Amino acid sequence: MWIALSYACWGISIVLALWMLYDWFKVDTTYSEDVLTSSREGELEAVSEKHRI
Amino acid sequence: MTVAVENTITTTIHGDRVSLLRVLGPAHVWALGVGIVLVGEFTGWNFSADKGGALAALIVCWIVGLLYTSVAMIDSEVTSTVAAAGGQYAQAKHIVGPLMAFNVALFLVFAYTMLEVSDAILLGDTIVAKAGVEGLTHNSFIAATIVVLAWLNYRGVLMTLNVNFVITAIAYISIVILFFSVSPWTQGAVLKLNELVTPGNALPYGWIGVIAAFQFGIWYYLGIEGTTQAAEEVRSPARSLPYGTMAGMITLLIAAAMTWYVCASLMPWEYLGITYYPLWDAGKLTGSPLLENLLFVATLLAALASANGCINDAARAWFSLGRDRYLPSWFSAVHPRYRTPYRSILFLLPIALAFAFIADLNQAITFSILSGVLQYTFMSINIMMFRKKWPLGSIRRGYTHPFHPLPAIVLFCLCVVTFFAIFLGFGSQLIAMVAFYFLISLWFHFYRYRFVRRGDQFTMPWPKPQGY
Repeated sequence: MWIALSYACWGISIVLALWMLYDWFKVDTTYSEDVLTSSREGELEAVSEKHRI
Repeated sequence: MTVAVENTITTTIHGDRVSLLRVLGPAHVWALGVGIVLVGEFTGWNFSADKGGALAALIVCWIVGLLYTSVAMIDSEVTSTVAAAGGQYAQAKHIVGPLMAFNVALFLVFAYTMLEVSDAILLGDTIVAKAGVEGLTHNSFIAATIVVLAWLNYRGVLMTLNVNFVITAIAYISIVILFFSVSPWTQGAVLKLNELVTPGNALPYGWIGVIAAFQFGIWYYLGIEGTTQAAEEVRSPARSLPYGTMAGMITLLIAAAMTWYVCASLMPWEYLGITYYPLWDAGKLTGSPLLENLLFVATLLAALASANGCINDAARAWFSLGRDRYLPSWFSAVHPRYRTPYRSILFLLPIALAFAFIADLNQAITFSILSGVLQYTFMSINIMMFRKKWPLGSIRRGYTHPFHPLPAIVLFCLCVVTFFAIFLGFGSQLIAMVAFYFLISLWFHFYRYRFVRRGDQFTMPWPKPQGY
């Protein structure tokens, strides 16, 4: 049973790793780099918190 | 193309921008912090008994608990004000400066990635030990742990931390069940603390053994500061982060005390100090198959929860470095559907796998502890500068920690003691690591910093600091 579990672990790892690589490729070819890297630090903070005492 | 445009519209929140998703609450913050740390009760803390005896393990449990209470209080105050992914990195950037921030981010990435590696190795070794099958190796279990958890992190932070909450709670409850199953109020029935810890063997190496025990005493609480990495994804950072972090610290202090009491009352310090599975062994020693199996499963769950939280935190620290161009901005990509730093998660995945396959548990643990203690030393300096540059009343704080500057001084002093303890056991690794950070700092200062957009990196809408 443990040996079978070990093979199952390899199988799951390979399938999920391939899925992530596929999704990565799909996202990078669908969206522009400007959109993907458009996150800015503290954006919500700047909108919602004025730091007034 | 139409689908792509629709997706862009439905998954962005600031016009055409894609940001991390604010969906977490205090329970997720608790799950992140306690999830990373709780594995330390299942293995790691007990090596302090090897350094100084069972009583030394208890003394460092309390004293290191004081160190981490200071960490939690200081962290809660600063993070409730600097609510950005990267946690201590964002704090260092705004309060100390870019070079410190770059180093702190590396401390974070190393500490969490090496802890993730240690967790995966522990999980693999635990399954192999339980199976007892000749020819079965831990590699497949290590690979599955790291890849499945990376996939979970890739798919979204809410599910990741919901899973962490459930498995951390089960692992924690198993410690409570073990504690009450051994009749802790009646010495002699199951527990034999007065026979196993006597005045003759309580501190076999004297007080220097207590100092040496600090190195592994860190494991009782290592990683609680990881809660701050969720700052950009919690709905109300000013409330959730202090609440989740402090609740996590209280939870861990209780778990650490229960763990020491049960283990020290069931095993002699000579064995307790070398076993890799103190709580699982305690379950076996009760003679109950149910408790034995419960603690076996709990050990696996604790390792999973810790690795899961570490992937989350290391990826956010790496992502933050990319966003500020301290590293190539390619790393700062956010998945438009899952809203996770997917490139950072994928980049760190093979690194963790490589270390897990080639490093042994002791090396991985030591690298993690060293990076962690470097980070705590920074925090003690950071809070002093924070209070000096922006005194109380000058900016809004979600939480203000009491007795300043006492926690910062206590934290700094305990970090110095811990460095000395690490030097006693792993002096060459300590020197090598400090040399590595020195060289990488030179690279950052003389080469990489030219790519940073200097005005853009400071994002907090604060008034000018005092004295500037």
